[in-house]
Amino acid sequence: MVITQPKPFSEILQFLEGKKNIFITGCSLCATSCMTGGEKEILAMEQKLLEEGKQVTGYAVLDPSCNKLQARATLKKQKQVLDSSDAILCMACGDGAQTVAGLVNVPVYPANDTMFIGEVERIGHFSEACRACGQCELGWTAGICPITRCAKSLLNGPCGGSRNGKCEVNPENDCAWVLIYKRLKELNELDQFMEIKSPKDYSKASNPRRVTVGK
Amino acid sequence: MGLKQKLESGGFAVTTEMAPPKGTDFKRFKECALAVKGMVDAVNVTDFQSAVVRASSLGAAAILVEEGLEPVMQITGRDRNRIAIQGELLSASALGIKNVLALTGDHPSFGDNPQAKGVFEMDSVNILQVARTLMGGKDLAGNDLAGTPDFYLGASVTPVYDPMELQLLKMKKKIQVGARFFQTQAVFDIELFKKFITAMGDIDAKILVGVIPLKSPGMANYMNKNVPGIFVPDEIIERLRKSQDRVKEGLKIAAEFINEVRQQKLCDGIHIMAIGAEENVPALLEMCDLDSAA
Ligand code: SF4
Ligand code: SF4
Repeated sequence: MVITQPKPFSEILQFLEGKKNIFITGCSLCATSCMTGGEKEILAMEQKLLEEGKQVTGYAVLDPSCNKLQARATLKKQKQVLDSSDAILCMACGDGAQTVAGLVNVPVYPANDTMFIGEVERIGHFSEACRACGQCELGWTAGICPITRCAKSLLNGPCGGSRNGKCEVNPENDCAWVLIYKRLKELNELDQFMEIKSPKDYSKASNPRRVTVGK
Repeated sequence: MGLKQKLESGGFAVTTEMAPPKGTDFKRFKECALAVKGMVDAVNVTDFQSAVVRASSLGAAAILVEEGLEPVMQITGRDRNRIAIQGELLSASALGIKNVLALTGDHPSFGDNPQAKGVFEMDSVNILQVARTLMGGKDLAGNDLAGTPDFYLGASVTPVYDPMELQLLKMKKKIQVGARFFQTQAVFDIELFKKFITAMGDIDAKILVGVIPLKSPGMANYMNKNVPGIFVPDEIIERLRKSQDRVKEGLKIAAEFINEVRQQKLCDGIHIMAIGAEENVPALLEMCDLDSAA
């Protein structure tokens, strides 16, 4: 899931300076789970905007915001309202906001900051475990990602900085390499660790990327 | 005799470490370096240590060569991708720098420009790997070089680490890709160091044990609390607390440690990190029972 966080409201107001009539879009999937762009949050945003003297012309929870065809179909139904709006405030991730921006002729502003691809540990608790590096390493790291969970993305083992199994960069995080080592050892696969890993092929992560599934 | 010859012929090597200045004034850097000339086998130049902006290790190492000292150029993967690391190594060789110490590097969040993006495209193992590739006449992508560098490669190791086996496995990887000598994190407890040497077993590499002359009990407490891999025993902190001249006592403690490792033949040399008090290094070396390095 793509994890988002609401931008400070002051930043949103800056975007919307001089814009009176605002249409709000949300997203039925990630942003709803992150509580940053479901119907509930949209209605709360509407309230805050009204308090600032704005008009909210309408809203739509896109299903989901990153699906271009779906978003187009939903927004088409709102064409008249959209034409009378000065701006769209998009309460989705950065992808969802760009999808919307590509479909309309009004300026689109993000209400959220997009944080990372993450896991829902429990309601309201999200953690990052994959950085979409383009060539997954999990096969030799006992299912623990060193690219994401090691603060330095090291490939050949830990730096000298871990203490009591915690990461030097943020002692609230486990040192990914101590975790990998322990797990590989449990699985009797420490020889995986001993293999020299050459620097990663970063051409696989050179953006923007595109995937086409063949027929 | 250079560092390589000294170590590879079984001698006891002495190195010390200096940070390039923050700014363009190399006066103190040169003074401190010249003061240890003839007393040490090589001088490490740190690479933006603690992620702090300074003159670069390449520049400072070249200045040491000019002054007739042998540098160990430290290089980390924090600030450079593979293109920059290869270029830096080639330049180093052309400037007469023979020793390279590969490190991962501290995270930018610890430094004085914490907004910086950490690169970390290559870890210490990768840097050694690429240095060796260059020594074979090719760049990392397999392209030919006009002129081939020749380095004596080193790396670091932390003798007080839990789990120790993990530290030793990584050390083996570094050796596998060309590390010949290791400078360790500072050690204060000789028994812990012995444990590490025993745990090393038949790992074949030259070990220069790290020594930090303590300046005060506060410094020791701070390091115990904040620096991973450092453990200063209570007796030492107590000795510092009781002494009249704490700096001198710190040098004495360091000298005793050095003489002890030397006498017991625990390792192949020492690496002194004076962290800001480089002017004390000659006095420390005079207190030790060492052959002159020259
Ligand atoms: S290695 Fe890590 S960042 Fe890369 S794809 Fe796998 S989990 Fe994601
Ligand atoms: S302490 Fe562990 S997780 Fe943190 S940067 Fe070092 S190796 Fe990576």
